[in-house]
Amino acid sequence: MMIPACPLADLPRGEAFRLETDPAVTVFHTEDGELFAIDDTCTHQDASLADGWVEDCWVECPLHASKFNLKTGEVDAPPAKLPVRTHEVVVEDGMVYVKLSTAAPNLPHCAVRKLAGTTA
Amino acid sequence: MRTVAVVGASLAGLSAARSLRKQGYDGRLVVIGDELHRPYDRPPLSKEFLAGTVGEADLALEMDDEDLQAEWLLGVRATGLDRTDRAVRLADGREVRADGVVIATGAAARTLPGSEGLAGVHVVRTLDDARALRDELARGGRLVVIGGGFIGAEVASTAYALGLGVTVVEAAATPLAGPLGETMGGVVSALHADHGVRLLCGVGVKGLSGETRVDAVLLEDGRSIPADIVVVGVGARPCVEWLEGSGVELDNGVKCGADGRTSLAGVVAVGDCANWYDPRTGAHRRVEHWTGARERPDAAIATLLAGGAVEPGVPRPPYFWSDQYGVKIQFVGHAAGADSVTIEEGSADDRDVLAVYRRAGEPVAALGMNQPRLFTRWRKQLARPTS
Ligand SMILES: Cc1cc2nc3c(=O)[nH]c(=O)nc-3n(C[C@H](O)[C@H](O)[C@H](O)COP(=O)(O)OP(=O)(O)OC[C@H]3O[C@@H](n4cnc5c(N)ncnc54)[C@H](O)[C@@H]3O)c2cc1C
Ligand code: FES
Repeated sequence: MMIPACPLADLPRGEAFRLETDPAVTVFHTEDGELFAIDDTCTHQDASLADGWVEDCWVECPLHASKFNLKTGEVDAPPAKLPVRTHEVVVEDGMVYVKLSTAAPNLPHCAVRKLAGTTA
Repeated sequence: MRTVAVVGASLAGLSAARSLRKQGYDGRLVVIGDELHRPYDRPPLSKEFLAGTVGEADLALEMDDEDLQAEWLLGVRATGLDRTDRAVRLADGREVRADGVVIATGAAARTLPGSEGLAGVHVVRTLDDARALRDELARGGRLVVIGGGFIGAEVASTAYALGLGVTVVEAAATPLAGPLGETMGGVVSALHADHGVRLLCGVGVKGLSGETRVDAVLLEDGRSIPADIVVVGVGARPCVEWLEGSGVELDNGVKCGADGRTSLAGVVAVGDCANWYDPRTGAHRRVEHWTGARERPDAAIATLLAGGAVEPGVPRPPYFWSDQYGVKIQFVGHAAGADSVTIEEGSADDRDVLAVYRRAGEPVAALGMNQPRLFTRWRKQLARPTS
């Protein structure tokens, strides 16, 4: 499924755009001008990776500093142990689209509970 | 280098073992730890694990398929370091000869003198501590927490959520004034009263009462606070006794350079036991937080493998988080030495704050309460090299 995110012009380098899909997805525009999309929720706990610290093609979780590779989703070190799901990004006519992955997401326990509608 | 011994099998030790392999060391690697458990994560011990929302399997720090090709000597304590033949002596009489030694023995909870052997009195440092406390909290009752620092405050918050009546006793006038300064220490510790948890400040603890099981905490002003369970959260001391007489210089833990090098060649120290030199402040500082124990071994191992021949970089300023009453608290930098604190976003009354600490107009620290996005920006800014 292709989902329109935002005009490329509205996403300067170094910025992130969070799509309120379920689960949420974030598009990152790196300082080098590359675009990547990954699930927004850290696989450790309920943190939004859109709030994270991007360096090269890694985003560091804003809470406990596990880093996720924007290209592959791989995680560098604990406390997170599972990779984050990656999605394909397509730019057409100046518009950024995300092609959602069909793989199962690796959501943290608390986010899974929230999706299931019960409180953590 | 043919053998490296890592002493301490927790976050800093595991991170050092990983750094060794990542940085290309392919010799013998021996990891020595006095706990029986494989490396596990401590922050949840006062939070989710104590609350019962995460189990023991979730605490593992190793990945499922991880294999560092290390020999794990677990359940055995290091009792000495012999500088002449560079050997780590173990409590069971064995010896591990090594060309390189990583000291990662962390810290142990301070206890209250005279509380030994009294049932119902706990500290929270190890998995075994947390299991015992979790089982007691599940039975309910009145909890008194001695010490309003981070671990005390987190235990109070978890116990409150479990439905216990909680009192926190703090000797200082304001809890957390050391790490956060008076003003913000006051704002963060106001979370207790917001939730009906009683906070008694500026009063010391004289002792505990009870025959076999604690029944009250006796305060220096003569009051007696009834208690079914007591948690002592009065800080931790570095586990470095085993290094006495080894030639490794000790001063509030292992005294280290800005890259973890110690006074002995071929020996580095990392994590809660290490008192690293901080080039930003020009002083040594023993940082007892997760992120330092996780990150700094990278630099220490680079130094170890290079035989000390690399120039240490400037480490990122110390960072930590705490979760209390559903509020995410984050702090970076050094509050001591700041001459002003301003709330740049949110408001103290809403417990939703981004505060910046400055010295002579220059930002030196930042505190966030439920402000991960802005906080990360400040953390990034504070990590920029100072000119
Ligand atoms: C309850 C709790 C909650 C926390 N919450 C947070 C938080 O929210 N945020 C944060 O930033 N930090 C938090 N921390 C701090 C963080 O967990 C520590 O900074 C971190 O564990 C330090 O890792 P370390 O490996 O240096 O030391 P430790 O984790 O203390 O590990 C040292 C290991 O060495 C072993 N050892 C000691 N002496 C010997 C010896 N002679 N021989 C062999 N082995 C030995 C010890 O048994 C232990 O297993 C918390 C800590 C605790 C206890
Ligand atoms: S929530 Fe991301 S590392 Fe913990």
